[in-house]
Amino acid sequence: MVRRLGPLEVAAVATIALLALAALAPGVLAPGDPLAIDPLSSFESPSFAHPFGTDESGRDIYTRVVHGTGASLLIGLAATAIGIGLALAFGLLAGFGPRWLDFGTTRVIEVLFAFPGLLFALLFIVVYGPGVVTSTIAVGLSTAPGYARIIRSQVIRVRTSPYLEAATVLGRGRTARIVRHVLPNVAGALFVLATLGIGQSIVWASSLSYLGLGAVPPAAEWGAMLSAGRTYIASFWWMTFFPGLFIVLSAAATTLLGRSLQQNVRAS
Amino acid sequence: MAGSLTLDPSQLARAGGQRGRQSRWLRWLLLRLGGVVFVLWAVASVTFFALRLIPGDPAEAILGGPGSQASEEALAQARAHYGLDQPLATQYLVYLGRLAIGDLGSSYALRQSVVSVIGDTLGPTLVLAVLSLAAAVLIALTLAVWSTRGGRGAAALGSTLEIVAAAVPHFWLAISLILVFSTTLGWLPPVSVPGVAGLVLPVLTLAVPLAGFLGQVMREALLDAMESPFVLAARARGEGEGGLFWRHALRHAAIPAVGLVGWAFGSLISGAVVVETIFARQGLGRSLLSAVQSRDVPLVIGVVLVVALGYMLVTTLTDLADRLIDPRLNRRAQQA
Amino acid sequence: MTALLEVRGLDVRFAGAAASVVKDVSFDVQPGECIGIVGESGSGKSVTARAVLGLASRTATVRAETLRFDGTDLQAASPRLLRQLRGKEIGFVSQGALVALDPLRTVGREIGDALRLHTDLSPTERRARVLELLAEVGVPEPRVRADQRADQLSGGLRQRAIIASAIALRPRLLIADEPTTALDSTVQAGILDLLESLRAQGTALVLISHDLAVVSRLASTVLVMRGGTVVESGNTARVLGDPQHDYTRQLIAAVPTDRPRGTRLGAAPRPAALSPGAPTAAASSGNSGVMPATIAFEAETPVRPSLTPEFAKDAPFDGATTPAETTDATADVVLEASGLVRRFGSRTAVDDVGFVLRRGRTLGVVGESGSGKTTVARLVLALERADSGTVRVLGERWSESTERERRRLRPRIGAIYQDALSSFDPRWTVGQIIEDALTRGRSRRAGEDAAHLLDRVGLGPELLGRRPRLLSGGQQQRVAIARAIAPRPDIIVCDEPVSSLDVSVQAQVLDLLDDLQASLGISYLFISHDLGVIRHVSDDVLVMRAGAVVEGGNTESVFLRPSHEYTRALLDSAPRLPARAAAT
Repeated sequence: MVRRLGPLEVAAVATIALLALAALAPGVLAPGDPLAIDPLSSFESPSFAHPFGTDESGRDIYTRVVHGTGASLLIGLAATAIGIGLALAFGLLAGFGPRWLDFGTTRVIEVLFAFPGLLFALLFIVVYGPGVVTSTIAVGLSTAPGYARIIRSQVIRVRTSPYLEAATVLGRGRTARIVRHVLPNVAGALFVLATLGIGQSIVWASSLSYLGLGAVPPAAEWGAMLSAGRTYIASFWWMTFFPGLFIVLSAAATTLLGRSLQQNVRAS
Repeated sequence: MAGSLTLDPSQLARAGGQRGRQSRWLRWLLLRLGGVVFVLWAVASVTFFALRLIPGDPAEAILGGPGSQASEEALAQARAHYGLDQPLATQYLVYLGRLAIGDLGSSYALRQSVVSVIGDTLGPTLVLAVLSLAAAVLIALTLAVWSTRGGRGAAALGSTLEIVAAAVPHFWLAISLILVFSTTLGWLPPVSVPGVAGLVLPVLTLAVPLAGFLGQVMREALLDAMESPFVLAARARGEGEGGLFWRHALRHAAIPAVGLVGWAFGSLISGAVVVETIFARQGLGRSLLSAVQSRDVPLVIGVVLVVALGYMLVTTLTDLADRLIDPRLNRRAQQA
Repeated sequence: MTALLEVRGLDVRFAGAAASVVKDVSFDVQPGECIGIVGESGSGKSVTARAVLGLASRTATVRAETLRFDGTDLQAASPRLLRQLRGKEIGFVSQGALVALDPLRTVGREIGDALRLHTDLSPTERRARVLELLAEVGVPEPRVRADQRADQLSGGLRQRAIIASAIALRPRLLIADEPTTALDSTVQAGILDLLESLRAQGTALVLISHDLAVVSRLASTVLVMRGGTVVESGNTARVLGDPQHDYTRQLIAAVPTDRPRGTRLGAAPRPAALSPGAPTAAASSGNSGVMPATIAFEAETPVRPSLTPEFAKDAPFDGATTPAETTDATADVVLEASGLVRRFGSRTAVDDVGFVLRRGRTLGVVGESGSGKTTVARLVLALERADSGTVRVLGERWSESTERERRRLRPRIGAIYQDALSSFDPRWTVGQIIEDALTRGRSRRAGEDAAHLLDRVGLGPELLGRRPRLLSGGQQQRVAIARAIAPRPDIIVCDEPVSSLDVSVQAQVLDLLDDLQASLGISYLFISHDLGVIRHVSDDVLVMRAGAVVEGGNTESVFLRPSHEYTRALLDSAPRLPARAAAT
């Protein structure tokens, strides 16, 4: 049974729904053009006409933030998908393979763990150069070892569970046990992991953009907008504040949802 | 005669246990050390070969990148100077040999030995990381304790605060803090200046998101411990709330938190890249970022290796701490 | 004489709950007296104990007309005064003996805490006192033990250490909540002796247990609780010998100890088609009181009479064996083990164990924890490889085959476990679990067959769509049994199948297993630590200790004329109801 949603979970779901709407149909929420410049009204502080203010070229920040949702969320999703995809391959190999393979993969994961997240991403960017695609892959790669560890332990947990033994007693073969029991049960944990991971991926990808290693202005992507606003922090705070606020909102909402999913899974 | 022969068998067993314990610790230490060396070698090799994948001529990077229009002569000279004209296998062996004696080469961009660059920047970063970790633990613990003891409303608010804190990107937090405490209130300097005042904002920036993560874990462990039968037993003994917390629950909450310290170290180093850049602070993170931007390969490798070494040391220490807090781990390892 | 503890009209309600978990409970404890509180899970007996101590959880509201300890009104007492009473005047031995010591602290410090809180003793004096206390409660080598942590101690020693901390200040009242649950019977006997000696020295005792036999050994007065209320109370001998309430009668009837094979324990009538004249336990004793057969236990869905005649028509069960055959000692051998040895490192878990199980019969394996009985089950199921020795199933190669070769025979040998819930895939419904066992691949009739199987184990078809975790413990075990019989096995290995169930539910499950054996001719390898259960279900029995079989043979002759010293010790330590009650 699903727990009744608390007010926080409702708020999280509503936020995610709004973000999804902004990503899929930005025009509904912000009909303007995110790239339209208006030099006469540059650096305007938040007002009724420009709720989030305007930037150095007079572009409306609200419109840009809304139109940047798609790209930013996509980067977060893609990075998470890359991380979990890689981790799944690693984790399954380690969890199902023969002992030596488990040993080998676990050592590899350990080595990768010695690179703190952003460091690994930076190394990758040194090799392949900055840009949206590289920074997305970089974030994905740097989160993979963490996921892989969790997936491996989940596979092993299910593999050694009493219900798998019960399936053996019923005469089920190895393949049947994996397909019917292990994969579906690991998938649940994986889903939670992914939900929790999206927020962090968005944060890290935007950090790379902020450092000038990811998406670059004038693209309407949150990290890139932050990067552009960096120069004007002291006088025009709204240029960085609002894109940042959206990053926090999306990361917090997905994490909250992930936690609540996790508690539901645990309760079941 | 007979008297000297009658030894208490339990004493004998204990003496044997002592010796066994020592050799067990020694073996554990050697294994860990071997692990550290292995990981460092693997990290160095991965980094070395990965960086050979960079398209373009490394010699060009040395002389200031593709735009520098360096002469063929200068390029050849640079290649010879850095050993880039040797076969890859030779380069790799020479590189490993130098690593073994602690020589990390010299930075392309800074024209300075990597060891001295790291030597200059390591200290400030360590100060920042250690202070931030301490602050994060303090914040997380306060939040966790307050929200576990303050009833349902406090628990919900505490958990929301933790989640939001964990979701805040360092750079945005830094900017917001600067806006509030420097630009608006004028209490603290917006860039790092020597002394305590210059450290407050960078430390807070690193500590808050970390505290969010640690707080979630510690609160759960605290709640578990306070609900456990041994706490009920202690209550029935007449123990007060303070005693329950300090003597029982806190150690149980410390176990998962200590387990996260290795990971926290990594996340602090990652965060330092951003924080040192924003607050214009000298440090390992900022050197790394500029090395990445100028493709200064030896410096990148050097920083990566130092960080990996630091990570390994921290995890070894936390494993040690784990064993001191929870002696069950020793016995379990012994049985395995 | 004024009562030491006086409880009148105690009522406990949890926030958000519709009804009180404890309703109008009253009792007195005189100095030096032992009163027992008996009830099954959910009866409110533990909450009652905690409410007296003021520890009934933060969300609970406790009300009572009178709640007085030695004249002090506990309801009006300040938290500070309560803390002083706890540990000093009222000792508490909590439920869950194995987890009531902080795993991160030494036993000595845990016990010393009571002294630290209530006396001015210096650390050195405390240490000396702790060692004295440990010696007093019968912990050998107190010096060594005091520096160890809970996980280094056996269950019995842990419980003794907890008692040591509870009696450190010589409290006048000791409340013991399930003090011997999860302990081996020989260890349990030792703990009960210890509690009795404390009582003899003048400590008043409130002993809470699900086990009537345990309570009857110590308590002079007994309260029987059910659903938060006291249904019956009074002098122990009177309550057990002449129970007035149906529920008490039922509890007494459900205890399997000293009820030989074939007698029924529970309330459900045996289906007429199977054995027309089968007497219920109460009827056979000639008791003219209300027949327990008419009472349904709460918490457990009423057991539906099995529709066996109809079922036999169209169900896959064709009743391969008739009940008459089941008692035939020359029936064919279905399971044969010889010379089984299994080592874990330097420890020999199973040491040269061999036996024969015949069709339609039950072989009981009894032993205390660590005796190797579960490893025997795993070896028989080929979940574990034997270091030497062989197992043959239905006369065919089994233990030496590869898993692939064994798969053909797997449906012939099933298993049920102590923890039924964890043996179900958490994502599956009851229907999926049973259909999976019924069919290999898809079948149109699977749903129908699954409903038949559920009916067979006394559950309704409405459970098919439910998740096992939402069922009661007894229902879960019934689903596990339905799954086990689905492939029509010849053998079922039962590993402690009723150990975590309440007695009344245990009785129903044991009766169900009996019925299934009679109608389907299944052979059971039945493993349990509980002598009463083993005696009740087994035709033959093996007594195991430290991996080896110390004695084996016909159950009644082993129980009535044990030849091995260990078997005798085991039998002596098993708590029993007083003879008169057992015969009721």
